[in-house]
Amino acid sequence: MATQTAPPRGAAPRSDDDRAPRKIGFGQTLGRWDVKVSPYLYISPFFLLFAVVGLFPLLYTGWVSLHEWSLIGGQGEFVGFDNFTFVLGQTFFWKALRNTLSIFLLSTVPQVIVALVIAAMLDANLRAKTFWRMGVLLPYVVAPVAVGLVFSQMFADGSGMINSLLGTIGIDPVGWHKDAFASHVAISTMVNFRWTGYNALILLAAMQAIPRDMYEAATLDGATRIRQFFSITVPMVRPTMIFVILTSTIGGLQIFDEPRMYDATGLGGSNGQWKTVTLYLYELGWNKQQLGRAAAVAWLLFLIIIVFALVNNWLTRRISSADDMSRSAKAARRETRRRSRDLARRVKQTSDAAVPAAAPIEVDPR
Amino acid sequence: MSAPSVPVIAQTAGKGAARAAQRRRNKTNGGADRRPGWVTYVVLGVFILISAYPLYFTFLLSSSTSAEVAQNPVPSLIPGGEFLTNLQRVFDADIDLVRATGNSLIVAVITSLSVVFFSTLAGYSFSKLRFRGRGPLLVFVIATMAVPTQLGVVPLYIVMRELGLTGNLLAVILPAMVTAFGVFWMTQYLDSALPYELIEAARVDGASMFRTFWSVALPAARPAAAMLALFTFITSWTNFFWPSIVLGTQNPTLPVALKLLQAGFFQDLPLIMAGVVLSIIPLLLLFVVAGRQLVAGIMAGAVKG
Repeated sequence: MATQTAPPRGAAPRSDDDRAPRKIGFGQTLGRWDVKVSPYLYISPFFLLFAVVGLFPLLYTGWVSLHEWSLIGGQGEFVGFDNFTFVLGQTFFWKALRNTLSIFLLSTVPQVIVALVIAAMLDANLRAKTFWRMGVLLPYVVAPVAVGLVFSQMFADGSGMINSLLGTIGIDPVGWHKDAFASHVAISTMVNFRWTGYNALILLAAMQAIPRDMYEAATLDGATRIRQFFSITVPMVRPTMIFVILTSTIGGLQIFDEPRMYDATGLGGSNGQWKTVTLYLYELGWNKQQLGRAAAVAWLLFLIIIVFALVNNWLTRRISSADDMSRSAKAARRETRRRSRDLARRVKQTSDAAVPAAAPIEVDPR
Repeated sequence: MSAPSVPVIAQTAGKGAARAAQRRRNKTNGGADRRPGWVTYVVLGVFILISAYPLYFTFLLSSSTSAEVAQNPVPSLIPGGEFLTNLQRVFDADIDLVRATGNSLIVAVITSLSVVFFSTLAGYSFSKLRFRGRGPLLVFVIATMAVPTQLGVVPLYIVMRELGLTGNLLAVILPAMVTAFGVFWMTQYLDSALPYELIEAARVDGASMFRTFWSVALPAARPAAAMLALFTFITSWTNFFWPSIVLGTQNPTLPVALKLLQAGFFQDLPLIMAGVVLSIIPLLLLFVVAGRQLVAGIMAGAVKG
């Protein structure tokens, strides 16, 4: 687009030229700059903002974590890795880590499975499609804080709704707040409530892209619906499933809203039954007013998330490369067969022509 | 299937893919196309009822008295008549829910507008303008989506306090003015939706770069921009962690106010639930009006906020 090019400014007009020197107007110079600078200018807000509120805080967290730093008094003296050793020596940190992983697993695994089933059902040729799709998305518009408030009530210890319902089928009341594992189940239920339908829609989108002929071929071959689900649908949406799992890993390890709302105090229970790592970070920083230690927790959690993302990535690669390997192995076998056939034919031709058999090195598979 | 970093969704669930699937589906009339049996409807119906029940449960509790709530752990399915009374009591409580609602609205509207504007601007640049370093920069933007920036809260809080912004809505608005997801989303959309010819025509007519963006790209981006605004609005409205840290108790947004309500009135369930209902209604209205667009947006590859 930048077709107008200006001659170097100040270039002396040639003396034998009577015409007045062509003036490069200010507007044109401006226009050239416009073309050159605008692209960078337009993307700069994102990069500036990311640098200021994303990258800088993340790095500066490391600096803060090496100091004594109180919420009120500000920066104190340099303490090296004392904050880290302190945090790593706290039983509550390890408890929080265990709780976080437990809640994460309880909310990811069932969620993906149920979302797959719901998506497969939505993928059928339903009447009133939009109604069903909107229906499963309803919980998404409820804030996690509100979900937490409502579910903490449903899962009340003494005679909450869930315990009463369990009572009618003869199950003893569960200590949904007292017992660690039960509280994890309750909190995971909140997460699942809000996100299952959402993820079902993402998976549904992937399912709609599966060619229908596959199902038709499978039907002709006599495969049942169940068999089709496991042999066609699940393998075909695997990339999307991995994507869903990855996003819920990054979000799930930072879970805060739901456990914070699970009781009125909001610090993870009387004995830290459902204290998560982010909740612990919050408690250290804004309750005990030790920002240095909170920063240490933030860094540790950051490392954990990176490790998880890497493991995730590694697993994905292994799975897909295992596939590639079997595929390429098959291709290689096919190739060998063809080459040998080819070779045999050529050898036959050459021998037919009674030409001394030249070693057929340059066998072209084509 | 190969597994590249992000365009997975675009491959398997892009607009084109969905259209292609629809075409294939319309062409054939075979077994895969038959209507499902009643079991599917029943299972989906039960799933949706379970999804909707907690909302109704909230309304049931908010329309009863404390005594009724204590007596019936499983509330009767017919709402009581106390809803307006409880709502009145919420408004009378010393936690200013009206102000919190106003705050939430201000934050959500401003962030939505700003995210849409800056994301479209960057998306236009990435998809339609040529400049050195375009590819790597776009990859960088996408990579930042995986960075848990929430973990920078400690320094961010220190900075905001230095700037004197704690308790100020700006502290919540500023960090959310433009998102990596928004940039990525608009880049993807403008890539396919805005023909180069339109831009060239505008340039030939003498429009400046910004004028071209404003009069050509922005109108072309409208459908995707509306969806982006919708998702940003919901994310902002439901955002809790950072606002609860930086706003404190004096100038809360709605989720922060709900926490205060819970801490202050934990024995008065109908009152708390009335507050919850109040906080849910705006998004519920949005859902009724724009639920179709939400579904379409998620299926086109929206990512969690």
